[in-house]
Amino acid sequence: MMSHFAARIERSALAQAGWAALAALVLIAPASAQQRDPAYAAARSSGQVGEKVDGYLGFPTAPSAETRRLADDINIKRKAVYAERAQANGATIEEYAFSAGCQAIARTVPGEKYQAPDGSWQTRTSAPPLRDPRCP
Amino acid sequence: MVRTAWTKGLMLIGGAMTLAGCISVNAPDKPIVIELNINIKQEVVYRLAADAGNTIKDNPGIF
Repeated sequence: MMSHFAARIERSALAQAGWAALAALVLIAPASAQQRDPAYAAARSSGQVGEKVDGYLGFPTAPSAETRRLADDINIKRKAVYAERAQANGATIEEYAFSAGCQAIARTVPGEKYQAPDGSWQTRTSAPPLRDPRCP
Repeated sequence: MVRTAWTKGLMLIGGAMTLAGCISVNAPDKPIVIELNINIKQEVVYRLAADAGNTIKDNPGIF
């Protein structure tokens, strides 16, 4: 009887520790997504990756294997977000991604690369970026 | 012998006709741009603009 009771206490303590660990993970996960990975930030500012018209990252110059993997990873995550938001708004993924591309290009800072409507890569200056006429 | 002369003559005429009918195709000097987003309408882009802006703000790690 006593040992049974002790086991119950132990189990609930374990469960509590488990929940605490899970809660910590949930708290940490969004925090890590709150800012750019240092490698991504460096790739952006050095112009190894740039914002494309279609809402994804592209390569103004031939990328290293590591840069390609980094951009592919982000583009997959972007597509997942686009898909979810497109569905919520009754739009296609391409339409939503293009709209996000308009915004992402507008938000580039001087020195970063972006794709002009003609497909050429441009370096952002303090002047407004060259964007598709359909962008708001 | 007469026949070979005839054949030669025909071949010459045929060759001349082929040359005259030749169509020359030159490669364009400008790069060919394929517009993939042609089906996206401006009104849709405008409608989605605010939501897309929020999505970028909410996911700073991937934008």
